[in-house]
Amino acid sequence: MTFQLFLQQLINAVSLGSLYGLVAIGYTMVYGILRLINFAHGDVLMVGCYFAFYATLIFSLPWYLSFFIAVFLTAVLGIAIDRGAYLPVRKAPRISALITAIGVSFLLENLALVIFGGRPKAFYRPPLFSRVVAWGDLHFLTLSLWIPFITLVLILLLLLIIYRTRAGMAMRAISRDMETVRLMGADVNRIISMTFALGSALAAAGGILWALKFPQIDPYMGIIPGLKAFVAAVLGGIGNVIGAALGGFLLGLLEIMLVAFMPSLGGYKDAFAFLILIGILLFRPAGMMGEKLPD
Amino acid sequence: MKKGFIGATILVSSLLMSGLSFAAETAKIGGWLPMTGAVAAYGQDAWAGIQIAMEMKASVLGEKVEVVVADTKSDKIEAANAMSRLIEKERVIAAIGEMISGDTLAGGPIAEKAKIPVVSPTATNPLVTQGKKYIFRVCFIDPVQGDVAAKYAFQTLKAKKAALIVDRSQDYCVGLAKFFKDAFGKLGGKIVAETFCVTEDKDFSAQLATMKSSHPDVIYAPNYYSPVALFTKQARELGINAPVLSGDGAQANELIQIGGKEVEGVAFTGHFNAKAATTKLAKDFIARFEKKSRDKEPNAFHALAADAYFVLLDAITRAKSTKGEAIRTALANTRDFEAISGKLSIGEDGNAVKPMVINVVKGGRFEYLTTINP
Repeated sequence: MTFQLFLQQLINAVSLGSLYGLVAIGYTMVYGILRLINFAHGDVLMVGCYFAFYATLIFSLPWYLSFFIAVFLTAVLGIAIDRGAYLPVRKAPRISALITAIGVSFLLENLALVIFGGRPKAFYRPPLFSRVVAWGDLHFLTLSLWIPFITLVLILLLLLIIYRTRAGMAMRAISRDMETVRLMGADVNRIISMTFALGSALAAAGGILWALKFPQIDPYMGIIPGLKAFVAAVLGGIGNVIGAALGGFLLGLLEIMLVAFMPSLGGYKDAFAFLILIGILLFRPAGMMGEKLPD
Repeated sequence: MKKGFIGATILVSSLLMSGLSFAAETAKIGGWLPMTGAVAAYGQDAWAGIQIAMEMKASVLGEKVEVVVADTKSDKIEAANAMSRLIEKERVIAAIGEMISGDTLAGGPIAEKAKIPVVSPTATNPLVTQGKKYIFRVCFIDPVQGDVAAKYAFQTLKAKKAALIVDRSQDYCVGLAKFFKDAFGKLGGKIVAETFCVTEDKDFSAQLATMKSSHPDVIYAPNYYSPVALFTKQARELGINAPVLSGDGAQANELIQIGGKEVEGVAFTGHFNAKAATTKLAKDFIARFEKKSRDKEPNAFHALAADAYFVLLDAITRAKSTKGEAIRTALANTRDFEAISGKLSIGEDGNAVKPMVINVVKGGRFEYLTTINP
């Protein structure tokens, strides 16, 4: 393995890891507030991609506009899912909410199948992201640089919201003790809806970046990124935003390096990711940065 | 008294109605197809081809033909379930499908046990018909395909070193890669890199970076349209310019839609090209297709599914029966049938002997290169 090859793999790993991280943040946010693993997160990602696809295709909007609109519409979808599916089971045992999440996941997948059709569609990649940068023997798309950059910006924005705004403070308070916040007179349901909106917007952003990198969308495209993001969130410590980002990076890195150093095991890279999940749950369930919550 | 009389009339007439439905006026054939999932394009194209074929020949032995579709979702388990459903619930007399080897292998034993003949349009792995009496196909098998691909790589592309990318979870890919490897080695070529992936993998950057450092003259990627498109795109983005060679799975329109300009030059061994069609059935089919469809030109999956339909109906006609065993014997005696994809014959082994074409992606279309005769 030459240094050049290692560097090339590293660039690939960073861009893949950023994608996992971005999607993982949405998972971790919802878990932090509601103690709910939102299995529909990956499918919300998928719907975001379809919004972007149709905004570009049918309304012929320039790509930057259609991507923003897609993110906005997905945030609205997130609120709708919260109000429609999760709010009614807020007081019910946690298992009900979990099953509801799985139900929403299936609903979104099959709705997409019926409305958009089973055949994959080609996602438009704007010229800004399509240029190939050749640096000696290294080759990568400008996209590979944009992805970590956009991820970082979004993470910083999110941290700003969580730690420097009142709504963010309310979110953090709810994650500690929902009942007390309710007693304080804050509108808990509104804050939770906002959390879903944020998480879904991030899922849409992650999804669009994913679709830019792998320009093919289909109704089941959200399953694998969703699962990998879940592993990343657990790896980093579920409930912790920075942990999720780090977990994503680490997962992407480990995946790529596995294939790079042991090409014959290339077919097992998904199994490897889930082995990591099992390992973390066995040996350090709180993850890299998680705190042991009394539950 | 009157109420009782009315009640009795209703009862008797409803019994008579149900009795009427027992008389099968239609010959029911199963469309055992992947309409959704990883290879949805094959199933949907196949269904479109079958529908045109049904317009051309709507009845057999005096009965109207009805094709009932059961979606396998491109999944082995669902394929087995779909076959069970077709046999037990729909009571089909025969089935057309599936489109990929893995799924056909999964559901084949169920049809075999129920003595329902199955004609696959495009499942090419040899195991699909091996040791089975009721499974047939209207396409060539992979040892031949791997052989032709290796010859094309070695003799036409003048490649001495080849790199492989194999989808470990698909019987088709594993089989075809092996046959190519053996044939290429026998010709004197060397495999310089063998990398792996699984179905629904989107990221091939790690495998490609490894491949790049081994400097192959040709890359053999025997896979379905999505992975080939994404793989080739990523290969070009990584600065790998070696020609990419694939198998019959590449010929779906999605390859070009998703692959864009990066898949220009991808060559593959295949079943059909509308430009090379010679038989009367082919010309008729193509004419109807162009009038009806936006796709403009039928690909291998449209054509071969229609071929499976015609061959099956021909066998039923020759057998003069809708019983499984009789159809089966007739299928195994198909001689020089003028199908859309060429003249074909099927023997006791269930495999079709017929020519193969080589296509190449040029100008955003599947261009015809040459025909290889058996």
